[in-house]
Amino acid sequence: MPDLLAARWLFGLSLAFHIVFAAVGVAMPLLMVLAEWRWRRTGAAVYLDLSRRWAKGVAILFAVGAVSGTVISFELGLLWPRFMAFAGPIIGMPFSLEGFAFFAEAIFLGLFLYGRERISPRLHFLSGVLVALSGALSAFFVTLANVWMNHPAGFDLVLGRAEAVDPLVAMFPAGWAEQVVHVLISSYAATAVAVAGIHAWFLRRAPTDPFHRAALGVVLPVAVLASLLQPVSGDFSARRIAGTQPVKLAALEGHFHTGRYAPLRLGGLPDAATAETRWALELPAGLSLLAFHDPGAEVKGLLDFPRDTWPDPLKVHLAFQVMVGLGTALAALSAAVLLLWWRRRALPVDRWLLGALVLAAPAGFLALEAGWLVTEWGRQPFTIWGVMRTADAVTPVSSLTVPLVAFAALYVLLGTTVAVLLWRQILHAAPGARHAGEQP
Amino acid sequence: MTTALALGAVALASLVVYALLGGADYGGGIWDLLASGPRKVAQRDLVERAIGPIWEANHVWLILVVVVLFTGFPAAFGAISTTLFVPITLLLFGIVLRGAAFTFRAYADGDALQARWGLVFSASSVLAPLTLGAVVGALASGRLRVAPDGTPRSDPMAWLTPFSASTGLLAAALFAFLAAAYLAVEADGDLRRDFRARAGAAGAAVFAAALLAAVLSWREAPLVFEGLTARPWSLPLHLATGAAALLAFWALWTDRVRAARFFAAAQAALIVVGWGAAQYPFLVVPDVTLAGAAAPARTQVLLLWALGAGALTLIPSLWLLFRVFKGPLLRASGAGPGQRG
Repeated sequence: MPDLLAARWLFGLSLAFHIVFAAVGVAMPLLMVLAEWRWRRTGAAVYLDLSRRWAKGVAILFAVGAVSGTVISFELGLLWPRFMAFAGPIIGMPFSLEGFAFFAEAIFLGLFLYGRERISPRLHFLSGVLVALSGALSAFFVTLANVWMNHPAGFDLVLGRAEAVDPLVAMFPAGWAEQVVHVLISSYAATAVAVAGIHAWFLRRAPTDPFHRAALGVVLPVAVLASLLQPVSGDFSARRIAGTQPVKLAALEGHFHTGRYAPLRLGGLPDAATAETRWALELPAGLSLLAFHDPGAEVKGLLDFPRDTWPDPLKVHLAFQVMVGLGTALAALSAAVLLLWWRRRALPVDRWLLGALVLAAPAGFLALEAGWLVTEWGRQPFTIWGVMRTADAVTPVSSLTVPLVAFAALYVLLGTTVAVLLWRQILHAAPGARHAGEQP
Repeated sequence: MTTALALGAVALASLVVYALLGGADYGGGIWDLLASGPRKVAQRDLVERAIGPIWEANHVWLILVVVVLFTGFPAAFGAISTTLFVPITLLLFGIVLRGAAFTFRAYADGDALQARWGLVFSASSVLAPLTLGAVVGALASGRLRVAPDGTPRSDPMAWLTPFSASTGLLAAALFAFLAAAYLAVEADGDLRRDFRARAGAAGAAVFAAALLAAVLSWREAPLVFEGLTARPWSLPLHLATGAAALLAFWALWTDRVRAARFFAAAQAALIVVGWGAAQYPFLVVPDVTLAGAAAPARTQVLLLWALGAGALTLIPSLWLLFRVFKGPLLRASGAGPGQRG
């Protein structure tokens, strides 16, 4: 495998792995605190049990997130030293502030997990709130760095060097709010949908189980709210991309020929060689309408841009379709839940609905991974949009296939162990889980 | 004082704190590996109880070093990452496996997985300090060569020398020493005697490894050797380090465990500061200097402000964390972590 490809695989694999734990680290503390809050308000022991069990899950997932995040911070230099030598002084600010948010998260998580018997209930609850807040703040800062890669700002490019660097301008480039909000909501949606699916699975087996009913009652509002907000946030993001990265939009949509009343393509396979997208269901003027809120708007096609600045339209389009498709499905399911909940004034636990939630459990994370691929593949061949190509950022170190294989094995080992532990130590041990019987 | 020097001082200070706190967590893992005698289980339980609530916070100091390095000294970050690719990758494996295994073990009560991850935890607690110490030694050795554009000019294995091996051993011994001195404060009776004895043994290992590194540096890391012997501050620094070591031994011998903890930490801090001073003004000897690798002035100033603002939130939070888990309360309750019930 060529070293550039191995470097991209290794970094991609590390991020794909870390991103799951990072999202959980943002959203799961919120759920844990909500359960704790319900316990403080109602005094019902089931919520205390819930908070404790979720906290146990947070402990395992946060630890893996912390160490896999460390890998990322070193791999930035190990794999992309030229990118970091260029970008470090420009986007170091959000990274350093993220460091302090991470400090706060680790400190108050320690207090929350181990301090229940040592600190006052109020301080304990406050610690949980601070974990949830600093988790969101971490994601906020880290996403800012990624926004900059899409919309580099805060420096002048002079003969390949960055001059007149202003880190404060670089910290908030065009489109920062759209992307940061989209990433934050995706963390809450993906995590809450997955947690709801797990508890729905247990409720299908034991429909009256108070533990899993309480869990679903806490997590479902978060899942529904985040899933309904995400398409709105996605619309803002897409319109931003239409303005700032038109070639990326063209690739997302498999759109080759510039024109007015551009159609929206559902599915289909873009073929860069023949410059057409086949087998797509085309909604007339749909793309113009979505991207510019005007059916007659002109949307630039890929053919308007130099061939060597195209991302791979096939990969980008497919990832985008997966993200939008799953996101739309989750929003529809959430609308159904909301409608039932509102009409009955009670937590809906119909069998079919629980079944749908179980099926939907992985959808949020799949959409999140697909969305991340859209951003990263859509920025290729650049690592810094229009400024530095990925091929120019890579390390001169060779034989990168060796660490690639080693890290891949490590991630498989860690991922499997986390799954087994969450199953055996938390879910299987839950009071209502006894009906789950002798599952492994 | 220039901003570059101030940022260099922040990076070195963070590394000192990482050694004192994060280093001791690795040391705890080393004592887990070496647990023995009639109180083997009690020793392991104490290690787990002592580092459980704090290791993640302690680990962030390393992230801070990395962030200051790539923001404040981007050229150095690139040079270090390329010339030390192999040991840093090994270090990452140590870091990931230690943290993950510790948590897996702690939350796998009665599970068949528990024993296996316990072994991974202790083995990776040895791997991480060895590679971290080797990285530090290699930076000082003068064997890592970089072209002005950041391209490495030395062999990918140039980091591995008897000198860097000796600094790896020194780091492992030092972390074990710190951990035993800290653990003695949190133990009673026979268990405390166990860790006092372990601290004494590890202190002797620190002395031996330091002596070995000093001798090897004469041939292999001339700049460090000069720093250790011929600078105006060399003698006072050695005297202070030696005095801290002797006082730590005296306090361990006479069961003054709190004093021993203090002097052990002082000794470790002086060793790390001594390394930093010996290789000043180089970040990577002999091609990368603080001034040469520094980021633009505006970035440096803003970074210093960000670090200051961050410290305002960090210091009170850390104070609370250590007061709750390492203050007098700990002895009063004596119970295990609240979540483990």
